[in-house]
Amino acid sequence: MNVRLYVWQRATAALMVPLVLIHIAVIFYATRQQMTAADILSRTHGSIAWASFYALFVAAVSIHASIGVRNVLAEWSPLTERRAGQVAIVFGVLLAALGAHAIFALVVA
Amino acid sequence: MTAQGLKHRGSALWIAAMVHRLSGLALAIFLPIHFFVLGLSFRGGAQLDSFLRWSDQPLVKIAEGGLVFLLTVHLLGGLRVLVIENFDWHDGQKQLATLAAAISAAVAFVFLVRVF
Repeated sequence: MNVRLYVWQRATAALMVPLVLIHIAVIFYATRQQMTAADILSRTHGSIAWASFYALFVAAVSIHASIGVRNVLAEWSPLTERRAGQVAIVFGVLLAALGAHAIFALVVA
Repeated sequence: MTAQGLKHRGSALWIAAMVHRLSGLALAIFLPIHFFVLGLSFRGGAQLDSFLRWSDQPLVKIAEGGLVFLLTVHLLGGLRVLVIENFDWHDGQKQLATLAAAISAAVAFVFLVRVF
């Protein structure tokens, strides 16, 4: 892993520490009763605060996870570093797109 | 690899590093599915409700508890890495790694108690 990827990996990790803690708290809060779509949407629909929170989370996790996947593929699979990097970019873009779609569905649609 | 070279495998900190990597990999596999399911909340969330009803079965709840464990253990393992890399080394790394696993198991257990 080069220095640029290392810094991005660690910076997104540090950024996500409070985000994950809040997310775990939300998981516990949301599962206090039977979960329903109405219950979830009542929190998220039209909420700029939750949209911003999860947009930041999705961006950070897409970068963080794709660098992690790249490292695992480069070290544990027969792929070359270059090919592992290409697969990781596709994975990161897919993750970001699915995350953006989920936020749109939860907040806007 | 020689027996000497493999000797570190099985030490608490090697296991901690391996748990961190495997939990990250598992979360990376789970995340696209998680985002896809949340994307089902379009137009009132009828499809999401249908999925949530399906997920209300014991095996799925146990799997969710596993995911809570993975997320917590990856968070704590990542914190350990950030602290080691950015601050002075402190003794008791093995105890901290064990504590991280114990806290993660406790969080997952409390989650399971709540959902069952």
